[in-house]
Amino acid sequence: MLHRIQSRASNLKTSRRGFLKLAAGASAGLSLALHLPAQAQRSAALSSQGELDANAFVRISPDNTVTVVIKHLEMGQGTFTGLATLVAEELDADWAQIRSEHAPADSARYKNLHWGSQGTGGSSAIANAFTQMRIAGAGARAMLVGAAAQQWQVPVKHLEVSKGVIRHAASGRSATFGELAGAAAQQPVPAQDSLKLKDPAQFIYIGKAGVPRKDVGKTDGSAIFTQDIKRPEMQVAMVAHPPRFGARVASFDDSATRTIKGVINVVQIPTGIAVLARDTWSAKQGRDALKITWDNHQAFQGSSREILADYHQRVSQPGTRARNDGDAVTALARTDQRIEATFEFPYLAHATMEPMNCVAQVSEAGCEIWNGDQVQTMDQGAIAAILGIKPEQVTINTVFAGGSFGRRANPKSDYVLEAVEIARRAEGKPVKLVWSREDDTRAGYFRPAYVHKISAALGEDGLPTVWQQRIVGQSILAGTAFESFLVKNGIDATSVEGASNLAYQIPNLQVELHTVNQPIPVQWWRSVGHTHTGFSTEVMIDKLAHAAGKDPVEYRLALLQQHPRHRGVLQLAAEKAGWGKPLPQGRFRGVAVHESFNTFVAQVAEVARHNDGTFSVEKVTCAVDCGVAVNPDVIRAQMEGGIGYGLSPALLSEVTLEDGQVVQSNFHDYQVIRINHSPQIDVHIVPSAEAPTGVGEPGTPPIAPAIANALAAATGEWQTRLPLKGIRV
Amino acid sequence: MSVTLEINGVTHRVDASAETPLLWVIRDHLEMTGTKFGCGIAQCGACTVHLDGQPIRSCSTPLAAVAGRKITTIEGLASDAAADHNSVAGAVKDAWDALQVAQCGYCQSGQMMSAAALLSQNSRPDDAAIDAAMSGNICRCATYPRIRTAIKTAADQLSAGKTS
Ligand code: FES
Ligand code: FES
Repeated sequence: MLHRIQSRASNLKTSRRGFLKLAAGASAGLSLALHLPAQAQRSAALSSQGELDANAFVRISPDNTVTVVIKHLEMGQGTFTGLATLVAEELDADWAQIRSEHAPADSARYKNLHWGSQGTGGSSAIANAFTQMRIAGAGARAMLVGAAAQQWQVPVKHLEVSKGVIRHAASGRSATFGELAGAAAQQPVPAQDSLKLKDPAQFIYIGKAGVPRKDVGKTDGSAIFTQDIKRPEMQVAMVAHPPRFGARVASFDDSATRTIKGVINVVQIPTGIAVLARDTWSAKQGRDALKITWDNHQAFQGSSREILADYHQRVSQPGTRARNDGDAVTALARTDQRIEATFEFPYLAHATMEPMNCVAQVSEAGCEIWNGDQVQTMDQGAIAAILGIKPEQVTINTVFAGGSFGRRANPKSDYVLEAVEIARRAEGKPVKLVWSREDDTRAGYFRPAYVHKISAALGEDGLPTVWQQRIVGQSILAGTAFESFLVKNGIDATSVEGASNLAYQIPNLQVELHTVNQPIPVQWWRSVGHTHTGFSTEVMIDKLAHAAGKDPVEYRLALLQQHPRHRGVLQLAAEKAGWGKPLPQGRFRGVAVHESFNTFVAQVAEVARHNDGTFSVEKVTCAVDCGVAVNPDVIRAQMEGGIGYGLSPALLSEVTLEDGQVVQSNFHDYQVIRINHSPQIDVHIVPSAEAPTGVGEPGTPPIAPAIANALAAATGEWQTRLPLKGIRV
Repeated sequence: MSVTLEINGVTHRVDASAETPLLWVIRDHLEMTGTKFGCGIAQCGACTVHLDGQPIRSCSTPLAAVAGRKITTIEGLASDAAADHNSVAGAVKDAWDALQVAQCGYCQSGQMMSAAALLSQNSRPDDAAIDAAMSGNICRCATYPRIRTAIKTAADQLSAGKTS
């Protein structure tokens, strides 16, 4: 999301330098500050229960449980596991004694070091917290060891720590972390520069198999999501939303609603009419019984077809330059062998498995919410602003999210504020806002629709001499808090990322952007700009390889001589997929490679042609280079999931609008992949000592172009419009 | 209306209108939240429970239709699994945990209920049988490859349990 734009330049370099120092065994390159809580800065973090509150991230209780406080939302991407792995590693804890819990909203302690505020996104969790969480573990370990040394009157250097037990070999003494917790709380908090982090050769958890996930309760029904929150006297609310973006309530009649058993109240809020009830079904029935007249004066009344037709017009005109190497305009004017393609991408809904929801309670003291909260600082600020209170008066209880893919990091805090608007009208009672699937699908905040055009020409050696790419679409960042620093010179970085930094070496390379305002709310969607730039650039390069009569893998490698990590994943994926080896009749391969969020991914897709001309994706071979692989199984899971998430828009999904209304409403018409669409996926991780980078998003961009390129291997035609449903081979 | 139903071996009396979906009876009236709401129209499978051993979409099953019948939810599957690891429930739970199937986890109650129903009827499902039984269960985290492997792993565990 907001992410790497900030991280990309300075922070990544900082963390990479910091990492290298650590890897060299130097005393912790602590350029990333560890934010210790105020109470732990005092000498002893003593609690009456004999618990060690070592720092903002680590608590150790006498029952030998180590609680790791996780500052990043667990929405499926494995933060509960990955961040805890880093703590456990430096603490030398037993993995079985570790439990993870979400941090409270407190930007001072729990900010994302890439953003400066608390929030999760941009595949940044491991990347920003890698050193910070290790220091937290090492700090707690030093306090435990210090306590043991004092109790046993032995030097610290004679103590060993392994799997949550501290031992003194000479005397045969040993104690568990839990036994030492109370005494450790009396120890001074160690100075950060006194801590020495492990050499990677000593790692017992980082990079190892058999480190199971810590987001437990997901196979017995006990894991708690927002939808599962219960509070005393809680009411359930459903909202009748306007059917068109920009429409308002003109008048409404709630007399039928108020006769429904279980309905408690009906209130008008800025985003519609809310029905409060004792339970969800009563709220839904109450909502269905409302009679509302909508005022459409300010409403969007157009269609996505018209929007895209307009984009196709604009794409032939020069836009605002995002990159300009050499002189693409002249080079194109000189050639009579132009190769062109125009690409089209629809709006997409996030369609998280758990529809948006939020529990809120507004009282004299302030506001408390329960939410799968992805951007705590932003949500706190937005809530405080509408209630006229201070951000510190907003308490956020972060719980598991049933998926987000960016949706819960809404730049306007849309559904969160809707819950608060209802709660402030509920006489202090807690309110659970529940969106139906239809509400969720039609609420907007879509991945924007885009049209791209790429014009290129080849030199005598078959390699491209010129590449001009134009992109037309809405700006995700316009009108958000990020606009002022992430939209530069008229370029929203999230509109062109993946295109403006194209890795292929081409002497005349130009990327231009047309930003078009539309009244359709848009938002980041797993891998953001890369969802479309990854497709257009990788399909185009494949088309050029074919025009040059070259093998698609060899052609890319020839253009990536300055990019060893792109080359590494491309070669590994090709090798593991058996690239170049003959395939059975009716099978075809396609390849794509793309960098996003500083992680490099290549995929080879294998498609099968069926007798009726339809096709299926049978197998995907994926190679990923994300630096140090903190938890290889989570990385594999994220590649599988990222590929699967990208398969839906590759094959099936699109949001369309007609007469101002979103046509799709639920999974019967907003189609997503099911198990029968899911290919075999083999993931290979490139061994690396580079600083770790994220894996939540980078698996998504390459899959659609890899499939399109496989279809081209079958048909000789490069598809330029997503989704690919209905394509015959 | 007042209805009696048996959930996970426990008899409950519920006062709710006849057309109230079983999903909301389970979640809101009985406060068992393992069974999830995803779509409300029998399209996603998040709300799957067993009715007399058969998988059903509880969001689209009215209370009146289940009066006096036996229902099993994910909580019941988990306690059956704890009681007997060689049961279908045990094999499914163990396989799901061993393969680390869940990502966000929101769909997994429904996935496991559908998988358990499949394995109760077909102890050796092939890919086509898995597709047929499981394609009603959406996973937006796309854990499908692991779901497929987990079902086969559970089938292996069940047949090993039978022969040993
Ligand atoms: S909630 Fe019942 S099938 Fe989706
Ligand atoms: S695990 Fe997230 S929807 Fe299936």
